[in-house]
Amino acid sequence: MIQVEGLAKDFVLHNQGGARIPVLRAARLEVAPGECVALTGASGAGKSTLLRLLQGNYVPGGGTLVVAGLDLATASAREVAALRRGTLGYVSQFLRVVPRVPALDVVAEPLLALGAPEDAARARAAELLTRLNLPERLWGLSPTTFSGGEQQRVNIARGFAHPYPVLLLDEPTASLDPVNRAVVLDLIREAKARGAAIVGIFHDAPARAAVADREVDVTAFSPGAAP
Amino acid sequence: MNAETMSEAPLLSVRGLTKRYGGRIGCAEVDLDLWPGEVLGIVGESGSGKSTLLACLAGHLEADGGTARYDGRDVLTLPEPERRRLARTDWAFVHQHARDGLRMNVSAGGNVGERLMAGGARHYGDIRATAEDWLARVEIDPARIDDRPSQFSGGMQQRLQIARGLVTGPRLVLMDEPTGGLDVSVQARLLDLLRGLVRRMGLAAIVVTHDIGVVRLLADRLMVMKDGRVVEAGLTDRVLDDPQHGYTQLLVSSVLPT
Amino acid sequence: MTEYNFAYLDEPTKKMIRRAILKGLAVPGYQVPFASREMPMPYGWGTGGVQVTAACLVPEDRLKVIDQGADDTTNAVSIRAFFARVAGVATTTRTREATLIQTRHRIPETPLSPDQILVYQVPIPEPLRFLEPRETETRRMHALEEYGLMHVKLYEDIARHGAIATSYAYPALVNGRHVLDPSPIPRFDNPKLESPAIQLFGAGREQRIYAIPPFTRVVSLDFEDHPFEASKAEGACALCGATTSYLDEIVADDAGTRRFQCSDTDYCAERRA
Repeated sequence: MIQVEGLAKDFVLHNQGGARIPVLRAARLEVAPGECVALTGASGAGKSTLLRLLQGNYVPGGGTLVVAGLDLATASAREVAALRRGTLGYVSQFLRVVPRVPALDVVAEPLLALGAPEDAARARAAELLTRLNLPERLWGLSPTTFSGGEQQRVNIARGFAHPYPVLLLDEPTASLDPVNRAVVLDLIREAKARGAAIVGIFHDAPARAAVADREVDVTAFSPGAAP
Repeated sequence: MNAETMSEAPLLSVRGLTKRYGGRIGCAEVDLDLWPGEVLGIVGESGSGKSTLLACLAGHLEADGGTARYDGRDVLTLPEPERRRLARTDWAFVHQHARDGLRMNVSAGGNVGERLMAGGARHYGDIRATAEDWLARVEIDPARIDDRPSQFSGGMQQRLQIARGLVTGPRLVLMDEPTGGLDVSVQARLLDLLRGLVRRMGLAAIVVTHDIGVVRLLADRLMVMKDGRVVEAGLTDRVLDDPQHGYTQLLVSSVLPT
Repeated sequence: MTEYNFAYLDEPTKKMIRRAILKGLAVPGYQVPFASREMPMPYGWGTGGVQVTAACLVPEDRLKVIDQGADDTTNAVSIRAFFARVAGVATTTRTREATLIQTRHRIPETPLSPDQILVYQVPIPEPLRFLEPRETETRRMHALEEYGLMHVKLYEDIARHGAIATSYAYPALVNGRHVLDPSPIPRFDNPKLESPAIQLFGAGREQRIYAIPPFTRVVSLDFEDHPFEASKAEGACALCGATTSYLDEIVADDAGTRRFQCSDTDYCAERRA
């Protein structure tokens, strides 16, 4: 589902004399359906950059970057948007939503964007929030007012609302208590079982060990690394 | 989205749109495509040409060159009667200042009903029922149907303007700084409303703004303009998180943290 | 009479006004701009109507002038005297005998005939004016038949008063094309706008002339569920007993006694004769 070959990424700072900051060189990654791959490496090694490249959030600097058959280097914005809508799920560490939209609607939104009926989408959102132990009294409130752990659970529910064939997870268990952490690991296992290809960053080593089939150390892709 | 819907023709397709003010460039060689259900944001500082571009598309200004195909017709060369008919049925324009888009001495119901009556609606009861429905949809208490916009808050006026424009079920909405001048909490409400309407009605929208926060939450795709030209375009989050052009980098790095 | 040209205005001016009248007749309801002249009376006293009358009069004419239906009010008496002096034409108060009737705010009760001309004094010719202040915009709206705004006004009436409260200057669509302001006649008179007579409208200050040719279709604007009604005060004329004519309410004495009587003085007098 994911094919990365010889992928490079530089950032060029046009307003600082055109300074070029190399971040990735010759990155390689293959992920099959039903497989969960954990990205590892020291902080700043490029884990998040690679994840964002896979999500289409960053512009690739060279090489091959194909997700679910779509070449992200050449795809139009509209094709990437369509990929994200139906195929490519993403759980970020940060919640970015319109303030005042209730948590339930935030979770239901990806389904509504796919044309699901409103009541079915909300029912699915409620099911996930229940499973993640988010108190029902919070469902009608905007998650912008929530604690870090509560926001995290809203993000996870949103990312798992639709059975995406490809899932990108950025620290999905970071600020969770043991009970909810276990729920998230179950969700990941279920996604694998239905055939989702998953790429994740897990600082939480036991969580990583619990769900990842393989680890890929991105340090090998850093521009200074020996080939 | 499947390949079939992916290949459908854009609702609006602009090529080489150019407008000069004497020797000065308003906007130059602008290309854009817009599909149903899509929100395109246009950002840039004052004088970047974003409002000129919108005004040319809306027919408020006459373009000097280029084409803008909508439904297979070039709206830039459409005869005035047809362009105005389009503007009051299939398109809607949301002004930054509600007083430019509303009749301030006419009740909320009359404001919403005007486009219906212009289209030949002649049943008072039906017009009123539709107006009430639309007030509710934009979260204005239908009991206020007979109040004048001057009795409304800025945020309500803006929502009324949206109801007035959308009552005929247009397919394209042009918005010029729709959240400008509103309190942050009021802005959020309006953005949420617009997102819901875009999704439910399958609207296509072009939103011109200088507010990066607004486009991040509202726009699927983004165009960055400078000195009348498009310097960068693409997925909104990609343009904002990995800007390729020096000007976009400057624009993004100039946003105050929230 | 030697100090005036016939009917006060010079011949080139009358020719210019006749051109505007003919154009108005050719495009029913369309407001034709014309070079309104200074007249020896203030704006608001019927200078538009007087110029149209002056351009139409011939020596054989018999002129009637009414103000709010009455032949004996100041305005009517003055204009009638004016033309008797500057044109030397015969005058009358009888609707039936007149060949040209200048009116302010009424259409006579007695049915008009094909050989008569009715000239209206018009203060504000533009029916869209109260909602759209820009002349450039209202002209474009007429050109493109964008009349949604007219119904907005009627909508506002019903929303505020439960019924269409516009009781005079009630807008009407002429010949299926132009919406016109019939001058401040009561809406009771609107059905009479479909007439065998020629109807000419003159607005002096606003410099506009428009017309309704004989037997032209004139439809008062309305809603399906709030149809147009030619309403009048309930009651009968205290003088002639008429129940179907337009009635004025008059305070008859110091005790505040009110009574109704025909606004059309000639109609009332004829019934009593």
